[in-house]
Amino acid sequence: MENKGLNKVDLIFEKIDSKEVLMKAFKMSSAEIIQSILDSGLKGRGGAGFPTGLKWKYTAAEKDPVKYIVCNADEGEPGTFKDREILDRVSNKVHGGMAIAGRAIGAKKGIVYLRGEYRYLLPKLMPELDSFHKMIKEIGYDFNIEYCMGSGAYICGEESALFESVEGKRGEPRNKPPYPTVSGVFNKPTSINNVETLVTTMMIINHGAQNFIQYGTKDSRGSKVFSISGDTPTPGIFELELGMTVQQFVNEFGDGDTKAVQVGGASGFCVPRKKFTETIIGFEGTPTGGSMKLFNSSRSMYNVLHNYLDFFTEESCGQCTPCRVGCQQLLKGVEKVKKGEAKSTYLTELMKLADSMKIAAKCGLGQSVGNAFKSIVGNFREEIIY
Amino acid sequence: MYQVGNLVKELSDRHGRERESLMPILQDIVQKHNYLTDEAMVEVARELDISAAEVYGTASFYTFLDTQVKGKYVIRVCKTITCSMKGKSDIIHTLEDMLKIKVGETTADKQFSLIETNCIGWCHKAPAILINEMPYTELTPEKVTEIIKNYMQK
Amino acid sequence: MINLFINDQKVSVQAGTTVLAAAKKLKINIPTLCNHDDLCVAGNCRVCLVEQKGARTLIASCATPVSEGMDIHTNTLKVRNARKHVVELLLSEHRSDCTKCYKNQNCELQSLANEFAFGDHILLDLVEDHKYNIDRSSPSFVKDDSKCIRCQRCVRTCSELQYISAISVANKGAHQKISSFHDRPMSHVVCTNCGQCVNRCPTGALVEKTYIDQVWDAIYDPDKHVVVQTAPAVRVALGEDLGYDPGERVTGKMVNALKQLGFSSVLDTDFSADLTIMEEGTELLVRLKKALVDGDKKISLPMFTSCSPGWIKFIEHKYPEFLPNLSTCKSPQQMFGALAKTFYAKKRNIDPSKIVSVSIMPCTAKKFEADRPEMRASGFKDVDYVLTTRELAVMIKQAGLDFRNLDAAKYDSIMGDSTGAAVIFGATGGVMEAALRTAYEIVTGREVPFGNLNITPVRGMDGVKEATIKIEGCVDAWKFLEGAELKVAIAHGLVNANKIMKLVKEGKAPYHFVEIMACPGGCIGGGGQPIPTNLQIRKNRMKAIYSEDEGMVLRKSHQNPDVIAIYKEFLDQPNSHKSHELLHTHYVERDNF
Repeated sequence: MENKGLNKVDLIFEKIDSKEVLMKAFKMSSAEIIQSILDSGLKGRGGAGFPTGLKWKYTAAEKDPVKYIVCNADEGEPGTFKDREILDRVSNKVHGGMAIAGRAIGAKKGIVYLRGEYRYLLPKLMPELDSFHKMIKEIGYDFNIEYCMGSGAYICGEESALFESVEGKRGEPRNKPPYPTVSGVFNKPTSINNVETLVTTMMIINHGAQNFIQYGTKDSRGSKVFSISGDTPTPGIFELELGMTVQQFVNEFGDGDTKAVQVGGASGFCVPRKKFTETIIGFEGTPTGGSMKLFNSSRSMYNVLHNYLDFFTEESCGQCTPCRVGCQQLLKGVEKVKKGEAKSTYLTELMKLADSMKIAAKCGLGQSVGNAFKSIVGNFREEIIY
Repeated sequence: MYQVGNLVKELSDRHGRERESLMPILQDIVQKHNYLTDEAMVEVARELDISAAEVYGTASFYTFLDTQVKGKYVIRVCKTITCSMKGKSDIIHTLEDMLKIKVGETTADKQFSLIETNCIGWCHKAPAILINEMPYTELTPEKVTEIIKNYMQK
Repeated sequence: MINLFINDQKVSVQAGTTVLAAAKKLKINIPTLCNHDDLCVAGNCRVCLVEQKGARTLIASCATPVSEGMDIHTNTLKVRNARKHVVELLLSEHRSDCTKCYKNQNCELQSLANEFAFGDHILLDLVEDHKYNIDRSSPSFVKDDSKCIRCQRCVRTCSELQYISAISVANKGAHQKISSFHDRPMSHVVCTNCGQCVNRCPTGALVEKTYIDQVWDAIYDPDKHVVVQTAPAVRVALGEDLGYDPGERVTGKMVNALKQLGFSSVLDTDFSADLTIMEEGTELLVRLKKALVDGDKKISLPMFTSCSPGWIKFIEHKYPEFLPNLSTCKSPQQMFGALAKTFYAKKRNIDPSKIVSVSIMPCTAKKFEADRPEMRASGFKDVDYVLTTRELAVMIKQAGLDFRNLDAAKYDSIMGDSTGAAVIFGATGGVMEAALRTAYEIVTGREVPFGNLNITPVRGMDGVKEATIKIEGCVDAWKFLEGAELKVAIAHGLVNANKIMKLVKEGKAPYHFVEIMACPGGCIGGGGQPIPTNLQIRKNRMKAIYSEDEGMVLRKSHQNPDVIAIYKEFLDQPNSHKSHELLHTHYVERDNF
């Protein structure tokens, strides 16, 4: 995989004239917009990394006259706070991206699902939304955005759980197929995109796909906003080109004593120091929604693992066996090993359980618990046992 | 305990009486009162023509739609890893000492409730808390003492 | 048609078929747990996972529709490991005290453990951490959360089949559970005690409240005279728990078994079913006269049947404003109970305080009904204990009877005679048919104009059935009904009862008389019947009911000699003062949560 080095980029927060970009987009046909996004190679910025152009293409192909564009602003992944900043600073671009998506897929309605923890943003966002609606009406575009609030459930960041929540139900992920592009919110064809993805699409329409391709690698085009926290002298959000190694990242953001970096939050991977140089941040390497946590040598990786497992045990929707019970088994299991109440070889059994969870759980949450578990136990086994 | 009165009817008039109206209605009740009484949930069930068990089952799924009594100010302290690393425990101790309650409890005068919550999206300014919907970040025991004192005077 | 491969065998099925169903076509068995034929797909237990070539994860075969060229394998290493883990995970949250459990040997989790997870279990036992609750508040059933595997079959049943949604899924994560409104005891919420959830629960999390020990104690008490009545639906299903196929009639053997168990007198609820027809038929005709001839505005139509206690509790909670529409007749069980400690006691010269009145019912709501405070017309508790069909099978096994080789025996006399009209009470539409067979004849002096008395429009498994019967050639006393079109409706399953109630509430129900059974299929599908249940099983039982009817000599309630006798000797006539005292009841308004 290509190593592009650590490069700061200014795309998401770049000042643009939203009205002009939208007018440009509305002159393009749905097919042209979709082609542009496909050409850019843009992949979802929420963490799953699905090619945005394909998602829009599939949704556009559906015949239903009623479709939705949903903006996933449920940002609940521990260590991710970039979407909050994006909404706070450039909501116009988020709404604009939704309007462009609406044009591409044939949706007249957009829904922003905003996590309850960000409710304090509403007094700022609502007037901005009003202005936005006025603006697109002036341009002559029939598109309306509504905000749906979450109420404290990490799982509602999962696309089908989000739909369930919008529909007034428990946020329990659905069986798939059918996929959202065919049957999403209110069982209508839906394209659900991350906040950052939508802003990026607006920038791609503005600057063109070729400009976007300059950044990043073959399979990880463009740049990404990273949320950086933990043992770092410079916590915050930074827009960086995709394709850097973790070593390069640590050189820039570490405190000189970094022993591990958790890439992708609780559902991501823990990269130990010895693997910094060989690990590249990108969809072909270690994919991420951008959460980067640095741990120095004072931190106990057992505590880190325990914190993540505790998180999942609480936030699991609870419907499927591998996740609901598996998370509890992993959590209680490492506690027992730590206390010496179980043999250290029990960790091997738990690793097998994590493998099963990865392929047996109903949704991405249950399937991802094993990532942190296996990477932390695999790389810091001694810290778990002693 | 609060009397729900006409609130549910007004909220249903505003948000509708479909199943998708359930979340906005429950959220608005919680915004006003910080939790849902049985009476409120039964009223909502009646207005929307769904079973009370369904309303409870949906509400209890969401951490912020509390079905247990809460105080006027609900303090949610983030306990996820970065806030934990940056001093959440000290913040908890300070709050427990000031309010004379433990995590999970509400003060006798029903002014404050103290609970732990998962990542609220302020990791770069940890440790962080929410008081009702307002975030307070980069906390120290001194800072949080000041903040609570201000709330106590309200 | 879609073509796919399962275990390298080709199969063609309609689009929309699940992988599970396609495998069934090839006679390939994939284990399941949350799946149930009566309910919508859940896909949460993850027991039915199979491997699909090219897929990132295993897929749930119950929830995945087939696609062209799909390549499925049901028994690979990955599948076996995942399946074993899933079963072990379920067991780790489950209080496995099988030897003490009522569902021992009839538990789907136990079967899965037997097949896929025998041997040492590696994972930790989580039961103690959970502090599970056991709810014994209802007289009808016990909800033991420590056995719950969260398949949500009960929730889906209560919502999709029974409409009432007394239980739902609450909380999330490790605290996720099946709960009533705010965890209230089941006796204090809208639960109708219908037991449909009990029928579909794969484990011992939901079982009936059993009174087997109390009944044995009564039988062995030399001081007590234990009278037992048997509901019509029991005789066509009891065999299923004793090695018979669904739909085999075991009436004679059942009576013999009850005698051998030691009951002092084995009598038949069918007797009081015939009695119910006399009372309710008369009540209907009187109401029709008052409403249609006298113009009495106080009379509420349509009149609803009142023999299904699950239905009664439903209307008490959800539509209390329509309580006046209910027939005031008690159910056959309760009519019997009231007479057992009055009429029967007198005739047999037995001190009523020494009589223990037991009923065998296909029903769990009957346990609640027997406990209703107003059911003491005799001066004592009219029905002391209600046993389900399942509990009777347990008693038969406990007594070591060779059921299959028992001779057929006859019911004892006094309240043991019955007609075919009574036996069809067990099927949806049966009460209506029985009532029509008698009412029509009272009014016109002729038999109902249907071949062999089989009123087919009211029969069958459709959720809501309607029929119109033209009344012609009336006898003088009923001339006012000449030319009238009697409109009737039948609903079974509370979701269908609700459909009718909505029409009634909107003033759009054109009916005069409506039969409502809480359980899908009527009593043959009752909450106390052998487990498992599915549509075919219920159809088989229903067929047996109508066969039993056809095989009886007397097929109209008013022909029952015991019924004729009891009016002559004791009750005087239908709806008399004495009848009202003993055989009629009232209802209460209940909260809607």
